[in-house]
Amino acid sequence: MILLLTSILAITLRAGTSLVFATIGEIYTEKSGVLNLGIEGIMLMSAVLSFTVSYYTGNLFAAVVTAMATGAVLSLLHAFLSITMRAQQVVSGLSITLFGTGMASFLGQTLGPESNSGYMIGLTAAKFETLTIPGLSKLPVIGAVFNQDLLTYIVLLLIPVAWYFMFRTKYGLNLRAVGESPQTADAMGIDVTRTRYIYTIFGGIMAGIGGAHLSLAYTPGWTENITGGRGWIVIALVIFSLWNPSRAIWGAILFGGINAVQFRLQASGAEIPAPVLNMMPYLVTIVVLIIITLWENRRRGTGTPAALGTPYQREEK
Amino acid sequence: MKTNRVAAVLIILLAVVLLAFTGCSKEEEAKVEEKAAVESEAADEPFKAAFVYIGIPGDLGWTYEHDRGRLAAVEALGDKIETAFVENVPEGPDATRVIRQLAQQGYKIIFTASFGYMDPTLEVAAEYPDVYFEHCSGYKTADNMANYFGRIYQSRYLSGIVAGAATKTGVIGYVGAFPIPEVVRGINAFTLGVQKTNPDAVVKVVWTNTWYDPVVEREAAVALLDAGADVIAQHQDTTEPQKAAAERDVWSIGYHSDMAKFVGDSVLVSAMWEFSHYYTTRIQAAMDGTWKTQSYWGGLADGDVKLSDFSPLVPAEIKDLVMAEQSKIESGEWDVFNGPVYDQSGAAVIADGAVPSDGDLANMSWFVKGVEGSVNQ
Repeated sequence: MILLLTSILAITLRAGTSLVFATIGEIYTEKSGVLNLGIEGIMLMSAVLSFTVSYYTGNLFAAVVTAMATGAVLSLLHAFLSITMRAQQVVSGLSITLFGTGMASFLGQTLGPESNSGYMIGLTAAKFETLTIPGLSKLPVIGAVFNQDLLTYIVLLLIPVAWYFMFRTKYGLNLRAVGESPQTADAMGIDVTRTRYIYTIFGGIMAGIGGAHLSLAYTPGWTENITGGRGWIVIALVIFSLWNPSRAIWGAILFGGINAVQFRLQASGAEIPAPVLNMMPYLVTIVVLIIITLWENRRRGTGTPAALGTPYQREEK
Repeated sequence: MKTNRVAAVLIILLAVVLLAFTGCSKEEEAKVEEKAAVESEAADEPFKAAFVYIGIPGDLGWTYEHDRGRLAAVEALGDKIETAFVENVPEGPDATRVIRQLAQQGYKIIFTASFGYMDPTLEVAAEYPDVYFEHCSGYKTADNMANYFGRIYQSRYLSGIVAGAATKTGVIGYVGAFPIPEVVRGINAFTLGVQKTNPDAVVKVVWTNTWYDPVVEREAAVALLDAGADVIAQHQDTTEPQKAAAERDVWSIGYHSDMAKFVGDSVLVSAMWEFSHYYTTRIQAAMDGTWKTQSYWGGLADGDVKLSDFSPLVPAEIKDLVMAEQSKIESGEWDVFNGPVYDQSGAAVIADGAVPSDGDLANMSWFVKGVEGSVNQ
């Protein structure tokens, strides 16, 4: 039983890593008032490009930097469209996902070596290996936390930092002010446009690392549609976490763990229909959405940035 | 106001860039056709054959095998034919449009290689009586529409023999896509093969309810490995289950293509498709005017399914046993599901000496003894 729990927790954390990276990033983006639905496209593009760099250079550091740069460039595009151009954020985000999905598939068939007729599929490259921390990894259940790859360790450390930064620093306060009431923030002397640019790009960088975790650590290699819609789950996870980075981990455990649990139940011969388990995370998200709405009706803060999705324009004379 | 004009210019520029990029995938499609068109001018009116794929030829699985078949037909028939393919076609209305477009463009025979293309193919076949249509893995036919598939269960059986000999824990994991007859039949045949070399081994089945999701397939395989499996087989479209097994230093059995090429020697053997022969003969028949509609289900003897080369890890006596079983099937002397075959409760569903009909096999929805799992998931 203890062994089973340990193993489920280990795979859950591993499966959730890409989700937590992207969710923390998207929370920051949304907290500044920008909705980025381009996460799925960013993750796919980062996954294919970081794997390509890993394949040709063997340098994981360069690969992750590539993923971060990819996320930065694509989210810069979104920032430009939605902040400077004040375009519909939903449309802009969706077009980045559509573009990213198609482009990643195209690149995956083009960037490969001649010997593989241009495909990146089916190649192996340098990947993040599991780093077992001696001693700690032998502990029951909790040992699962100390039996992960580098990116998972980083994300686990990042969660409290992301929380502290958002809720305990001046910068975090500015960020929340911009998402809550850009007019007020502007009046207070906070540069709304700059703040939104910074956190939209930050969100893209985090989604990029999330994509890299898929192609460099969790399922090493490139396959078409490697994310399998995880970029959309991230959008749901942001709501699930009520825009609080410290809660992102629970959502990721729920979404990441559901398959680990489901397949183990199946393998042990349990008679719970797989589709029922498959829909659980989504069901929970809907329930959370309902609760949020109820809460908001009672005027309790839920963390939803009031200015989410609304472009800011200083009144011009 | 000046800033607004600058903004407008930038928006237009961006729109152009975006359009150029999104155009990429379409251009790719067009390129194939363009190339085909150029070739047609060079040769004397070559016979035009088209293929509709669910994935991309580089998927190393299902579509890869179909495209290998297409290339073999090109190799065999040379410049008498020209071929084109459209990749990543979703099942449903998009498929109808793609198939219709190919018929309009003058393709004389069109192969549609996914189950969900069945009704779209039928629909277009009715509109174009002069064009031959071939649908893979379905059951509907028309005067100008045939269906074809392969008895991959025979290859599965042979690969099971290898798996049974390899397992030390006596537990073999099988990552299944959906509990439909095609997959169930494969699991049953595989299990019967396992029992040939290891009568007490169990085959644990986990359903992913997806054909193609690399992450989910890996998680399913890891769950099976954690449950004690030391050989992993799969009915999926990626190599992730095999990779997951390789990472634990245990073995796996490939499917679709020779997966040892992409994963390594830990893939002991792969149950493979081989469409070369079918595509060549059918295009030839269409050219000669001898094409007739049919429901084709070819096996090892016809060369439509086969076994890959063995990994060096497979011992010689097991290879010999597999070869002996293969020749028994090829000669028609025996087939995998010849009775007695017992279900999970131990009842003889196929009586001793009975030979199930193709219809029985096509509707198989029960597991044989030795399978741990449920078809009702």
